Amino acid sequence: MKTYQGTRFTKEHEWARLEGGEVYIGISDYAQHAMGDIVFVELPKAGKKIKAGEQVSVVESVKTASDVYSPVSGTVVRINDVLNDSPELLNAEPYENWIAVIAADDPAETDKLMNDQQYADFCAKEG
Amino acid sequence: MSRYIPDTEEDRARMLDAIGLSSTEELFSDIPEELRFKGSLELPESMAELELASHMKTLAGRNANAEAYPCFLGAGAYDHFIPSIVGHIISKPEFYTAYTPYQPEISQGMLQAIFEYQTMICRLTGMDVSNASMYDGATALVEAALMAVRSTGRSRVLAATGIHPEYRDTLRSYSRFNGIKITEVEAVSETVDKGRLESILSESPDDIAAIIIQSPNFYGYIEDMKSVAELAAKYGALSIACVDPISLALLKPPGECGVDIVTGEGQSLGNPLSFGGPYLGFLAAKKELVRKMPGRIVGQTTDHEGRRGFTLTLQAREQHIRREKAVSNICSNEALNALAAAAYLSVMGKEGLKEAANLCLQKSHYACDRLLETGKFVKISDAPFFKEFTVKSLNEPVSAINERLLKHGIIGGLELGRFDAGRFDAGSLDSGRSDHGRFDLGGADLGGSDPRRFDTGRFDAGKLNPGGRDPGKKDCWLVAVTEKRTKQEIDRFVAIAAGGDR
Repeated sequence: MKTYQGTRFTKEHEWARLEGGEVYIGISDYAQHAMGDIVFVELPKAGKKIKAGEQVSVVESVKTASDVYSPVSGTVVRINDVLNDSPELLNAEPYENWIAVIAADDPAETDKLMNDQQYADFCAKEG
Repeated sequence: MSRYIPDTEEDRARMLDAIGLSSTEELFSDIPEELRFKGSLELPESMAELELASHMKTLAGRNANAEAYPCFLGAGAYDHFIPSIVGHIISKPEFYTAYTPYQPEISQGMLQAIFEYQTMICRLTGMDVSNASMYDGATALVEAALMAVRSTGRSRVLAATGIHPEYRDTLRSYSRFNGIKITEVEAVSETVDKGRLESILSESPDDIAAIIIQSPNFYGYIEDMKSVAELAAKYGALSIACVDPISLALLKPPGECGVDIVTGEGQSLGNPLSFGGPYLGFLAAKKELVRKMPGRIVGQTTDHEGRRGFTLTLQAREQHIRREKAVSNICSNEALNALAAAAYLSVMGKEGLKEAANLCLQKSHYACDRLLETGKFVKISDAPFFKEFTVKSLNEPVSAINERLLKHGIIGGLELGRFDAGRFDAGSLDSGRSDHGRFDLGGADLGGSDPRRFDTGRFDAGKLNPGGRDPGKKDCWLVAVTEKRTKQEIDRFVAIAAGGDR
């Protein structure tokens, strides 16, 4: 299983990466693998205010549709429009293809999430 | 499997023996002795089959039915002609007896039929996608409202009072516990008040998920769909139109008017009146809304050998996968009724449907003109109508006219005054009325319960809509004239309605 140095993770298999005061979010390699072929990503609207743990997106695969919860509180500032036409990028490169960028109310919030090693252990336990 | 499975005394004895009981009565031993009915029911002796068939026919003959009586009643269910091939197609046992025939491995026939149905609904409505059908016109309309709420993330819908009162009731039932607010918007001259729509939208521009209209509306009049759609779009809301599918053979498709979601009652398409059901609702939408769409959708695909095939698609929206987050909890459709609609549309064809629609238009206008000529009725609106219209009776209660018609073997129009009694329209009653009056269900007996117990807000949707009641419909009569009505029938209907005795 791939992880990504410097990336933080939630128990719901989202990742969060702090860059220049903004938090990029996406779904982990574990998540994309479990879901199978992703066929649709429902993106939030830019400007949407969101709290950590709230639904920010829905990712739909051939076999299921899963909610994506925001790892941090803040405001959605950008969304990755490319996913509208190419949702399969989340399967191919889950850590290169972010879903949304959030201007976090408290960027330090990402520190509370699991680091890559902790997440790898967490996934190992999930089986 | 045998079509007839006998159940003889010996069979029953063997079954009882197998489960260790000596009588059928013992099956009910869990029900306390004192609650069990003793003795025999007061029923007549059994009849011989021949006797029974004749008895049942006599009973059935006492019904006034649209086969024997010319029918001028509509209000959501219409007496249209059904070509006999429709019945033959839906009676094929492969279609008629199949239960949930959606496995692509064994149900290509039904899946293709539904796909064709969806295609025809899209062509009629001018929409991109249709689902496999819903329960009826009312549920389709409500599901469209829910779709709009999901898509926009807003929670209030504007519903024109020209929408069928029972559909508005259904909308209220669904909305009661899920946070959707309904604001009913009054009509001016029997079509929705666009000035009022605009003022509500401009007062709360980020609040409104959808504007819902029906066209032709409950009173028969055609709404200005394009203006309503433009108004909705201007404020980021969706427009929903509930339409008569036959009217679409003549009128501009809602899709061309910019409408986002189109729904309607599909009974007119090859389904008999049949005491009110089963019918089908149709729901079609623009492509970008497909993932918010409720219910089954059949898609076209290719199998592993490259052959054209059909299968249910986009199922991740549905409750067997999405559970409580499913876009809808309707997980069924009305497959056989949708098949009847598809068979009807294909046998009528483009020209046939236009002809039927044109006959409805001509005959209903003829009937309206004749009624007005008698001097006993007046129009309540100059808005255009398609196959149904409302007149006001000047001298006589509508109920008396309907009774006289029935005596002469004619089923009259709908007495609109009955909706004023609040029976079907409790939610839009004027909040200015006394609390007692608000829940006076048209004199219906509430089983001795204290009417005040309804004052807790349970039935109080009326508060959403102060002044929503339309007192002007007291002597109004809603008359439907389909292509089946002959000139003779219409002339006789008019003569008897005007007090004549022909």
